[in-house]
Amino acid sequence: MRAVDAIMECLKAEGVEVVFGYPGGANLPTYDAFVDAGIRHVLVRHEAGGGHAAEGYAKSTGKVAVCLGTSGPGATNLVTPIMDAMMDSVPVVFITGQVRTDLLGTDGFQEADILGITMPAVKHSWMITDPADIPQAIHEAFHVAGSGRPGPVVVDIPTDLSKADIDYVVGQLTPLDLPGYQPKFEGNMKQIRQAARALAAARRPVLYVGGGAISAGAEDEVRQLAAVSKMPVTCTLMALGTFPAPDDQWLGMPGMHGTRTANYSLDEADLIFSIGARFDDRITGKLSEFAPNAKFIHLDIDPAEIGKNVPAHIPIVGDAKQVLSKLVPEYESLDADPARLDAWWERIRAWQTQYPLAYEESTDSEIKSPFAVDAIWEASGGQAIVTSDVGQHQMWTAQRYHFPEPRRWINSGGLGTMGFGLPAAIGAQVGNPDDLVICVTGDGSIQMNIQEFATATQEGLPVKVIILNNGYLGMVRQWQELFWEKRYSHVDLRPEQAPFPDWMKLAEAYGWSGFHFEKKETLVEDLRRALATDGPVLVDVRVAREENVYPMISPGAAARDMVG
Amino acid sequence: MGDPGTKEVISLADLQAAAAGARSGRKHVLSLVVQNRPGVLVRIAGLFARRGFNIDSLSVASTDDDDKSRITITIDGANHPIDQVTKQLHKLINVLKIRDLEPADTVTRELALFKVGVENGPHRAEVLQICNIFRGKVVDITKRSLVIEVTGTNEKIEALEDMLRPFGLIEMMRTGEIAISRGRDET
Repeated sequence: MRAVDAIMECLKAEGVEVVFGYPGGANLPTYDAFVDAGIRHVLVRHEAGGGHAAEGYAKSTGKVAVCLGTSGPGATNLVTPIMDAMMDSVPVVFITGQVRTDLLGTDGFQEADILGITMPAVKHSWMITDPADIPQAIHEAFHVAGSGRPGPVVVDIPTDLSKADIDYVVGQLTPLDLPGYQPKFEGNMKQIRQAARALAAARRPVLYVGGGAISAGAEDEVRQLAAVSKMPVTCTLMALGTFPAPDDQWLGMPGMHGTRTANYSLDEADLIFSIGARFDDRITGKLSEFAPNAKFIHLDIDPAEIGKNVPAHIPIVGDAKQVLSKLVPEYESLDADPARLDAWWERIRAWQTQYPLAYEESTDSEIKSPFAVDAIWEASGGQAIVTSDVGQHQMWTAQRYHFPEPRRWINSGGLGTMGFGLPAAIGAQVGNPDDLVICVTGDGSIQMNIQEFATATQEGLPVKVIILNNGYLGMVRQWQELFWEKRYSHVDLRPEQAPFPDWMKLAEAYGWSGFHFEKKETLVEDLRRALATDGPVLVDVRVAREENVYPMISPGAAARDMVG
Repeated sequence: MGDPGTKEVISLADLQAAAAGARSGRKHVLSLVVQNRPGVLVRIAGLFARRGFNIDSLSVASTDDDDKSRITITIDGANHPIDQVTKQLHKLINVLKIRDLEPADTVTRELALFKVGVENGPHRAEVLQICNIFRGKVVDITKRSLVIEVTGTNEKIEALEDMLRPFGLIEMMRTGEIAISRGRDET
């Protein structure tokens, strides 16, 4: 059997239903194998779009996604999604074509050392030197990508090796050879008991939930712990939906553009239980002043996250679902008195009353961006899968679109990749054909992977793209306004102040339906109509030009010194 | 009745943790067993570079098992959180084993070659005398130079360097330290 046909069998054995990719010279053999393989392939329009679509698929379904690219520029175009998947722990298997083995190292046509280039951006990678190794490498790649702390992996296959004949028996799995890879799932029972006791002793605790809880599928356990402990809960940008919002115990998101309540709660907490979160600088603000009175229980499947940024008083290495399912009964057995939290809740309620997520409403018909996000929430019944790009629209959506379940909010958190939203929506729609998938984006971000309009049309994917169109690179403009004396430098996207480009013509050119709204009075109804339209839809929502996302922890400042 | 509370619980005040990013303040010798595969050294070197860890010395060679290589890394614990270094190394899938060797339970050795200029007769005798004191070996000799081979701890090699420098040290090459644990157990 040709090695490429064996690859197809391996993909089927791994349960792969769809592959995102782009053909080229060095992966021609692989694409030949697709003709007879019976695996769905989504032809994107740029490899970066393919990588982000795979991320959107993986994040929304929890499955390991697959993305293909050819050698050289095809592979280098994948670098951004690979790094993005690394930062956000997204399981994607990237399979790249490589030049023939006799050309390797000669600067051959379309040769790039993609293994070398991506080494800091992958969980692991394989360079194929013997075609007989290909099936094992593919299976190892799936195992490494999807287990433990998920992440991207790269398998680089020289084109001559992919054409070679190998002995491969369909259905016969070669044993994995990964002696240096043994993630720990169970968690140390002694530490789990210690954590339960610490939680029972706490007077000002916060459950601080990160993306690891979603990777582990631990939403039920997080909710159980919250239910039995009556403790306040905050979810990071990566974990929104793990705990339903709104809820009595929900503090909102923490961090740079989180709620004051969430940030003040962390600041005054006596115990922070981190569940699959990593105390990123966008969460902590000035690290030396973060949560000065708190002890930390740090639960993570990646031991390197524990003690990296904050001290861990009770470290627990393990899978959030497994550990929490043991911790909840331990906590319950202690008969902790919920009344000990009364004073804490009183303080939290006072913050919630004093500092709601507010914005200055317009006095005329002008649409303010937070108003637009509220309208999107209302028009979609709060039930959509929402992807976003990066910038102001991302923060407003994270703040205001209340996600009832995990895997409904798909964004680029760690790397902050503009151009993520549209291809991610395509991937999410492929994985969730019956769901409403909305990409909330800005007029800057959407133009970074706008070629993917064609992919949605060709694949018949009814994604809804809503542009909060203010004609600015809004977040950069906000920082120039606040921290660079309003010296605006290359953030204005409108030549001569006229809206640009003509989004309706663009929608038409790609075979999309286009809508253009600029009045707040009818926005919810207008959006309902747009979202109910069959096929892919582009909505141009003209919003106020100069708005700032608040509240905000200024760069380098402590969380308690939030502004706005 | 005092404050509402819970029986049989620990006091949060008693919980202790090492500060995040704690520095030990001393030299550490990390001994790694890695899979003998192409690119493994690049992965390790790249990890050190991107995390900002500065390697003092690095020695790589095969072991008695063809499938495995031994890497010995010395790193300054005053400048780097060793705990974080070893945890990040553990995440590399080709790394099989890491030991942060206790200095008291470890034999470390390094080999160095010194090339000394000895244009004038009397200096040659003095250099040879120093070489003997350090149990060095002359492995090359010309009318104008000597090459001395010496093994030992890096302190010893640095002491010899200090002694030879006034005579006209042309160049010095060091292998970096290797280390093995004392006693019967494997390193």
